[in-house]
Amino acid sequence: MTYIAKPKLHHPSLQKNAVGFTRRDYEGRVSTLCAGCGHDSISAAIIQACWELDIEPHRVAKLSGIGCSSKTPDYFLGQSHGFNTVHGRMPSVLTGAQLANRELLYFGVSGDGDSASIGLGQFAHLMRRGVNMVYLVENNGVYGLTKGQFSATADAGSKGKKGAVNTDNPIDLVSLALLLGASFVARSFSGDKAQLVPLIKAAMLHRGATFIDVISPCVAFNNHAGSTRSYDYVRAHNEAVNRLDVIEGREPIEAEQPAEGGVTEVTLHDGSTLRLRSTGPDYDPRDRLEAMNFIAHHQAQGELVTGLLYINPEAQTYHQHLGTVATPLNKLGTRELCPGPAALAKINATLR
Amino acid sequence: MLTATNDFVVKFANVNGSGSASANELFAKAILRMGVPVGPRNIFPSNIQGLPTWYEVRVSEAGFLGRRGGVDLMVAMNPQTWAADVAEVEADGYLLYDATKPLPASAFRPDIHVIGMPLSGLCAKHYNDPRQRQLLKNVLYLGGLSYLLGVEPEVIEQLLGEQYQGKPQLAEPNVQAFRLGRDWAAANLAPIGLHVQRADRVGDRIFVDGNTAAGLGCVYGGATVCAWYPITPSTSVAEAFEKYCRKFRTTPEGEKKYAIVQAEDEIASIGMVVGAGWNGARAFTATSGPGVSLMTEFLGLAHFAEIPATIINVQRGGPSTGMPTRTQQADVLSCAYASHGDTKHVLLFPEDPAEAFEFSALALDLADRLQTPVFVMLDLDIGMNQRLCRPFEWQESRHYDRGKVMSVDDLEAGKPFGRYRDVDGDGIPWRTWPGTHPQRGAFFTRGTSKNADAGYSERGPDYVQNMERLLRKFVTARAMVPQPVVKPGPRPGRYGILYYGSTSPAMDEAAQMLEAVGFPIDLMRIRAFPFPESVRDFVRQHERVYLIEQNRDAQLRTLLVNEFELDPADLHPVLHYDGTPITARYIADRIRASFAADHVEERAA
Ligand SMILES: Cc1ncc(C[n+]2csc(CCOP(=O)(O)OP(=O)(O)O)c2C)c(N)n1
Ligand code: SF4
Ligand SMILES: [Mg+2]
Repeated sequence: MTYIAKPKLHHPSLQKNAVGFTRRDYEGRVSTLCAGCGHDSISAAIIQACWELDIEPHRVAKLSGIGCSSKTPDYFLGQSHGFNTVHGRMPSVLTGAQLANRELLYFGVSGDGDSASIGLGQFAHLMRRGVNMVYLVENNGVYGLTKGQFSATADAGSKGKKGAVNTDNPIDLVSLALLLGASFVARSFSGDKAQLVPLIKAAMLHRGATFIDVISPCVAFNNHAGSTRSYDYVRAHNEAVNRLDVIEGREPIEAEQPAEGGVTEVTLHDGSTLRLRSTGPDYDPRDRLEAMNFIAHHQAQGELVTGLLYINPEAQTYHQHLGTVATPLNKLGTRELCPGPAALAKINATLR
Repeated sequence: MLTATNDFVVKFANVNGSGSASANELFAKAILRMGVPVGPRNIFPSNIQGLPTWYEVRVSEAGFLGRRGGVDLMVAMNPQTWAADVAEVEADGYLLYDATKPLPASAFRPDIHVIGMPLSGLCAKHYNDPRQRQLLKNVLYLGGLSYLLGVEPEVIEQLLGEQYQGKPQLAEPNVQAFRLGRDWAAANLAPIGLHVQRADRVGDRIFVDGNTAAGLGCVYGGATVCAWYPITPSTSVAEAFEKYCRKFRTTPEGEKKYAIVQAEDEIASIGMVVGAGWNGARAFTATSGPGVSLMTEFLGLAHFAEIPATIINVQRGGPSTGMPTRTQQADVLSCAYASHGDTKHVLLFPEDPAEAFEFSALALDLADRLQTPVFVMLDLDIGMNQRLCRPFEWQESRHYDRGKVMSVDDLEAGKPFGRYRDVDGDGIPWRTWPGTHPQRGAFFTRGTSKNADAGYSERGPDYVQNMERLLRKFVTARAMVPQPVVKPGPRPGRYGILYYGSTSPAMDEAAQMLEAVGFPIDLMRIRAFPFPESVRDFVRQHERVYLIEQNRDAQLRTLLVNEFELDPADLHPVLHYDGTPITARYIADRIRASFAADHVEERAA
């Protein structure tokens, strides 16, 4: 029923952000996902994050692959252009879009099937190129849309709804993203808005290949005893590395909050500061090897670490690697691009 | 003794990696510089070193640049292919070989003229370095040929000078080896019956390969994003694009007004092109058959979601890995109907590098105007061989036509927008680029069915309406694509031939051969799909129509029969698909045989 637009009830008291938009302006169509699906909570967190960040909706381009998760860009930022591409290949489309116009913010949404199975190759190459974007995987350990087959992130030993046991080893997208050079890597849980919203905000402020893995239980196929992606399982095994606030450069008042114990401050490109409240006081999210160790260590104990696991604030983007001009390529016209007839005459002369 | 002036075929049989390519190319260029048109072709293996390779040069003052068929002079430098090379020489023709160790008469045919030059012997005597001996052997036979055929030595020496410009240490030994070969021939041999005579038939034409032309066409056509994955025979398209971009699209600060990505595979290549096209940049990929196979899911998306994309397909022999270094026109159907569901794509068929340049630039315009994938159907024959063709042309006043894109002002002025509405009746909707306007014009692009305002819809009528509009758009395309070129015969009317792409130069010569024996024929060269109505009219207006193709299954014929609901019996296929470029004799012989079989009288010319 997504073709019925959500009625826009603009309540006069709805609060506007610095760019004049209410939270409603960041919403999309009515979701068609199952009631209670973790993916909807993530959409709500994205809406909240964009509103709080004062991003003009049309400055964002949303892209996705195919799956329940990949449907969600229709359910947030209704005033942004969106592109629901093909299964597992959103990374290439996003890369092309980013090359065409470096001025927009690119938000990619994918699923664990979309990114860890059919799309693993494109996922890998997107990360290693350092394409400037946020890439969020709504990870439920199953193929929701095709009705509950195991995905490649399902833990070995986890049980499907009908009792089948998964024997294949899981792919951990967080570890993979770290290995491949993503410059911002985080994990969260759809049911933990307090952690997720600031993480998304931080991700959107980061420049470079940004990856967030969000555990997002599927209530239809993977939310039962025996599943390692159920709400209950995740709540019991989640170890949060840190809690973070994003304090934008424009709002200095909050930046003056006294630093608390165990806080790490990271300065982002635009001058805003990330404050990381880590559970382990020694955890430094700027240390990539440490992050890999930490994740592997806790994984061995059956724990999912969440929070901001790695950030390199100095990361280079794909445009920087390629050396492209500052003007978006899609704004260059005949005058800027065409060498013209005189140059062609010279080329002709060299071919005789 | 075969005798001919400015009208014969020379073929070089070499081993690849032996440095013969540049000497052979120099031979062709020297004849061009003497004002005589040549059509050279490389026939090479999928290998870097050690396998047989041939270079065939059609010398034709009349300007026939296709393969004629048959060899008048074989330069037989490869013992591996000796028997086949000897067998290919025309009766009374010539064979030049390295006679350092003379071969017995039994190694040859009695009906050909054998010319021996002690090439290795001369090299061994004059050069110490083994690499030099190997390379200069090629220049030595060039010297011999210059004497035997009357190719002016000054021209070759000048070309050697140009080739090694600024490198006298290389130019010098090359010129010396050339003179050594020529002097030896003058002292020991006599000129043969094949002769090159200075003429004035080249004019201002250029000599270039189709892939370079296509890459340059993409620069001129305004492509800013190129995503590709290496595959023979298309690789040099992306390389040429990069070369010319570096030259013309780099700012004084060294920043690039282009982005080239060597993607992880062809799926990613086309995905990037689609992403860039969706976001308002002109983008293209260059590939060959196996790459197109991988791209098909995305091609369906681009067709259905209506996103511009340009694909340069340099066709090679299929199926599967097929014959990677041989030529065919065998991707016609797989490109025309690429992807699942009811899909059709625009195809352009260039005949030579001049059209490869034009059509590549045009494809970028058409993709934007029609909001759909457009294929430039090159093949190895055009793409990887140098061809004499019209110089590239570009009008100063030409501007990129970005098609129906709503601007921020349109949206601000309240112009109504619905992504898939047919407001102009031509089936082409209006689009917006992401980020255009803060409140208006955003829509959700998807491969799933939708209503005219881009809202998700599974309603049958919405789907049908959209599919019907796509068909209308395809009809609109008929008038926008390059129209067929008709060459009426001296007595138009009865017999017609349809052909396309790289068959063109051989067809020109075949038409003349047929006319000479009393079959005047009207020619129509198809240049694009969707076919304009004039193609159907041509078929209807002729008593008998042949269709020349370089594939086994007469793929364009299937397309014609299907799209125009023609009777298949109305199109007589002439098919050549062994991986070598089609020859004029093959076409003429097949058509004559067909006439004979059906008792059509040959008429006095
Ligand atoms: C080429 C192709 N193969 C298969 C499918 C079918 N398919 C649709 S969604 C999906 C799996 C989606 O899983 P995931 O990405 O985890 O998304 P979820 O529904 O779990 O959110 C599959 C296999 C498809 N759309 N395209
Ligand atoms: S099937 Fe699972 S993933 Fe899909 S919408 Fe329902 S709960 Fe969400
Ligand atoms: Mg899933």
